[in-house]
Amino acid sequence: MTAGRKTAALTIEGLRVAIGGHDVLRGVDLTLEAGRVHGLAGESGSGKTMTGLAVLGLLPHGSRTSGRIEFAGRNLLETPVRELDEVRGAKIAMVFQDPATSLHPMLTVERQLTEHMRHHLGVGRKEARERAAGLLAKVRIPGPEEALKRYPHQFSGGMRQRIAVAVALACEPEVLIADEPTTALDVTVQAGILRLLRGLCDDLGLAVLLVTHDLGVMSAVADEVSVMKDGLVVETGPRGRVLREPRHPYTRSLLDALPVPPEEKSP
Amino acid sequence: MTVPPTGPLLSVEDLVVEHRTPGRPVVRAVAGASLRVAAGEVVGLVGESGCGKSTLARAVCGLHGAASGRILVGGHPVRPLGLRRRDPALTGVQMVFQDPYSSLNPRRRVGAQIADGLRTAGDTTTDPADLLERVGLPRAFASRHPHEFSGGQRQRIAVARALAARPSLLIGDEPISALDASAQAQVARLMRDLAVESGAGLLFISHDLSVVRLIADRIAVMYLGKIVETGPTAEVWADPRHPYTRGLLAAIPSPDGAGVLPAELPGDVPDPADPPAGCRFHPRCPLVMDACREREPDFGPVACWLHEVEPSPSS
Repeated sequence: MTAGRKTAALTIEGLRVAIGGHDVLRGVDLTLEAGRVHGLAGESGSGKTMTGLAVLGLLPHGSRTSGRIEFAGRNLLETPVRELDEVRGAKIAMVFQDPATSLHPMLTVERQLTEHMRHHLGVGRKEARERAAGLLAKVRIPGPEEALKRYPHQFSGGMRQRIAVAVALACEPEVLIADEPTTALDVTVQAGILRLLRGLCDDLGLAVLLVTHDLGVMSAVADEVSVMKDGLVVETGPRGRVLREPRHPYTRSLLDALPVPPEEKSP
Repeated sequence: MTVPPTGPLLSVEDLVVEHRTPGRPVVRAVAGASLRVAAGEVVGLVGESGCGKSTLARAVCGLHGAASGRILVGGHPVRPLGLRRRDPALTGVQMVFQDPYSSLNPRRRVGAQIADGLRTAGDTTTDPADLLERVGLPRAFASRHPHEFSGGQRQRIAVARALAARPSLLIGDEPISALDASAQAQVARLMRDLAVESGAGLLFISHDLSVVRLIADRIAVMYLGKIVETGPTAEVWADPRHPYTRGLLAAIPSPDGAGVLPAELPGDVPDPADPPAGCRFHPRCPLVMDACREREPDFGPVACWLHEVEPSPSS
């Protein structure tokens, strides 16, 4: 992997989140770079998802935040909602875990792909439709023109997740947050989505935050890996180093908990 | 594992299970599958979602009627469950379900739910707390309710409940897919150890191949209602013979830090209501031949024309 130019697309510094007096994040530092996939690992409850949600201002009501999330010269934590709406969905997009629930079941794929495009980019109906078909082709949905007229239930799980990725990419974001995007999918479908994410990152220069508990997935696509535990990032580093020579005992314990016996790892 | 020479504990022969919905074509979820599990043996059943793994498991428990074919457990034919009491010969089949949040009764104490299993086995001396101890939980948990536990703990309770009935065959239908990564391997190992220890067979269904590899003696690969390959786990892993098995194994990303993208198996599982002609895998198969489009291969240890000894049309 070549390092390429290092441009920080999004910086998280000392992010703390408390919900109902309970500290969920206790000072998280992360840097996302354009054209790189940053993997965020850890067990459930370690704060991976909350970190992603905080970037988009989607934290549950009543949560208290401090620290900085810097994107395009402003701190997203202090940005008024009205201005935040210009950023999220347009410049920062998200792909959720379960494609069965993240797409609206009663709207056609066209509607879901064009609605925010028309709002954010101000393009006309016809142009939006053309772009939508192009997006579906990009995420390799067969027959994009036909697919636009269909509803989510008419697609398989893998296809739905591809559509969800297309929805996220519609406004040409700079940052993509993918929260366990392949956990609900079979390994064969997962392989396709991972290749898609990696390709988009390389071709479009997206900065991707990939939240996953699967270290295999992490190893396949992430350039940088951060490991979270109890609301703190305990280790950050290049993929090869973190997964082969973990420095923190927790990372080591995660690797040791993997079901494949180490002596049998030979291909 | 040593397998007692008493013949298979579970034998499924040419099983067909159909789902019927009014106004829709009949879906053959299981279309002629054959499978055997011996006592003390762990068989892992793997395949993509929608291939009929769970339907097969439910048919073995009697939760679905079979359209044709036979299911024998210890020599007894399995009949669908009715309103009456279950055939006592079949209480030896116990199941651990996928979702521990919905498979335990939220309003009853854990101990009382485990005691149900003990009563089924006619066991009046064992304390439910003993079983909790066997699955690695404190004895005091017996007086608590399911909501007080994490997913992994609940699944352990579900395993304890299944074991209480002294099963001769334990079935796990994706028992670990709702759990945290750290709890998955633990619960899978626990199920294996407890089943083998008590001399029961274990049919372990999962789409997570790495876990199946860890615990199964034999592996059965299912595709669109049929078993396409079976064999000892190590052999299948080292030398997968069916192109589908190869595709499945190649799609697993390995956590070695090398940054290798897993190989993609093109296409989706076809609609089981309208399976392709010939070999069911041929539209996605990288090694497709003419014979594959016309005739369906017979099931040897591998259902594939590449490995058919003699592709004679008379068979």
